[in-house]
Amino acid sequence: MTASPMIDVDRLRVSFGDKEVVKGVSFRVPAGECFGLVGESGSGKSTVLRALSGLNGAWSGRIAVAGAEVGPKRHRAFFRKVQMVFQDPYGSLHPRQTIDRILSEPLLVHGLGDVERRVAATLAEVALPAAVRFRFPHQLSGGQRQRVAIARALIAEPEVLLLDEPTSALDVSVQAEILNLLADLRRQRRLTYVLVSHNLAVVAHLCARIGVMLGGEMVEELSAEDLRAGRAQHPHTRELRTLSVGLEEV
Amino acid sequence: MLVDIADLRVTFATRTGTFEAVRGVSMRIGTEKLGIVGESGSGKSLTARSLMRLLPANARLSAERLTFDGIDVLNADERTMRTIRGRRAGFILQDPKYSLNPVMTIGRQVAEAWRTHKGGGRREAEEAAADLLDQVRIRDPRHVMGLYPHEVSGGMGQRVMIAMMLAPDPELLIADEPTSALDATVQAEILRLMEDLVTRRGMGLILISHDLPLVSHFCDRVAVMYAGRVVETLAAGELARARHPYTRGLLDCLPSLTHPRERLPVLARDAAWLQP
Ligand SMILES: Nc1ncnc2c1ncn2[C@@H]1O[C@H](COP(=O)(O)OP(=O)(O)OP(=O)(O)O)[C@@H](O)[C@H]1O
Ligand SMILES: Nc1ncnc2c1ncn2[C@@H]1O[C@H](COP(=O)(O)OP(=O)(O)OP(=O)(O)O)[C@@H](O)[C@H]1O
Ligand SMILES: [Mg+2]
Ligand SMILES: [Mg+2]
Repeated sequence: MTASPMIDVDRLRVSFGDKEVVKGVSFRVPAGECFGLVGESGSGKSTVLRALSGLNGAWSGRIAVAGAEVGPKRHRAFFRKVQMVFQDPYGSLHPRQTIDRILSEPLLVHGLGDVERRVAATLAEVALPAAVRFRFPHQLSGGQRQRVAIARALIAEPEVLLLDEPTSALDVSVQAEILNLLADLRRQRRLTYVLVSHNLAVVAHLCARIGVMLGGEMVEELSAEDLRAGRAQHPHTRELRTLSVGLEEV
Repeated sequence: MLVDIADLRVTFATRTGTFEAVRGVSMRIGTEKLGIVGESGSGKSLTARSLMRLLPANARLSAERLTFDGIDVLNADERTMRTIRGRRAGFILQDPKYSLNPVMTIGRQVAEAWRTHKGGGRREAEEAAADLLDQVRIRDPRHVMGLYPHEVSGGMGQRVMIAMMLAPDPELLIADEPTSALDATVQAEILRLMEDLVTRRGMGLILISHDLPLVSHFCDRVAVMYAGRVVETLAAGELARARHPYTRGLLDCLPSLTHPRERLPVLARDAAWLQP
């Protein structure tokens, strides 16, 4: 790896009040690769993504994207380049805007034309029927809302996608379609992903490298292959793996 | 029978006509764990909501029979429904953080849920709330009690909802994707807790989930929904031997940790599956 990585996080720390919830986390993601974040609920995974995405400015350490160091405040160009899909799609979709408006907005903000075609094409990409286009978020099922959130992140053609549990609300057939779509985009457009998920099979399917978090620290970084083969070092990783494999044996 | 549903239908009026989201669902549930799996948008949440009569204002509900412990839910007055909702039947909604009150601390919400059903003083309720949060494996419950919903993680929000629903000792628990944001260790703990309530207190459980392996291990029976209908009901342990092509297709789409595949197969949906 000679070129600088697309994402470089070095000793990231985040506190709320006097409680430190991310305690010096470091990882790098080369362009066109996917990095997985797994680990205990409440261990700081979403907080890491929010600091990366520029939503939370109260962090210390070093974050660089595409070779350029970024601070707490980001420029508009950054938000075109880096998009996030939130864990809680309901809270992140404006309740009084139709799906059409929600998807058109990023195009207008970034001055992209061809709105009509792009909205229709992106809805199709996430396997949503055209009929949902003029509905409001509360008129959709949980999984349909999740797909709107994914469509909104994709529509302005970002280079980096930060995905927080993007498929946990989806049935496994739609999940497969979304995972294939993400894999295709990575190949075709060389997108870079950070993917948070509790589903180890999903993470290992898409990501070559995986970081395991526990209590605000990244306790282990390993390859998907090592995780599959059971070559994990940390007890938390091993426990997660054992439970996951145990369920697979139907 | 705790729950008896026959020919349930939920219809929405739209600009272009009517849209039938639930198209004749029937199921009976006793003291058992029933899993509901199926397509996103197939009517799982609406079926569960119908039972509590918690439907969107533009929805029309009809059924040949819709009863909870013999009470006719279709015709019960609002007062009767209130004794069911949240007391005799707990409902863990799919969007947990959205269902919590954003301007009230976690501690107060759980304590109040407890007090509404158990009575008692403020101090006692607070103790009970801390205990409930501990039961759902929230670390440092005293600290978390002082946080607002936007200050807790996705999985913590889910567990807070579960704790609130357990407070009144419900006879039926409807859990809509209750563990989707939880890591495997916490999930295992929550399932153990629910199992205990079902066997020890004789509770009935409706578990809506996209996690087929989980449902097949944890539940007694599984209903598979597709496009507003139940297309197949199986003993949970028999899920791997499902016969309906939709269910078979679902099982095939699952990524596996131990058997990786370059590309996941996707479902070719067959128009024939829409017919009863
Ligand atoms: N705005 C906030 N104020 C105070 N504490 C917060 C805030 N946001 C997050 N926290 C705390 O930070 C910790 C990490 O939260 P985070 O959401 O990053 O966890 P997570 O790993 O994403 O968990 P999950 O898997 O459950 O989503 C939690 O203890 C949470 O209570
Ligand atoms: N208020 C509404 N107005 C119009 N259509 C609605 C409304 N609420 C739900 N629907 C539609 O009803 C159908 C069933 O919704 P429901 O929420 O029951 O799906 P679900 O099976 O729970 O899906 P998921 O797994 O994605 O949560 C969906 O197609 C949805 O778009
Ligand atoms: Mg999170
Ligand atoms: Mg639902």
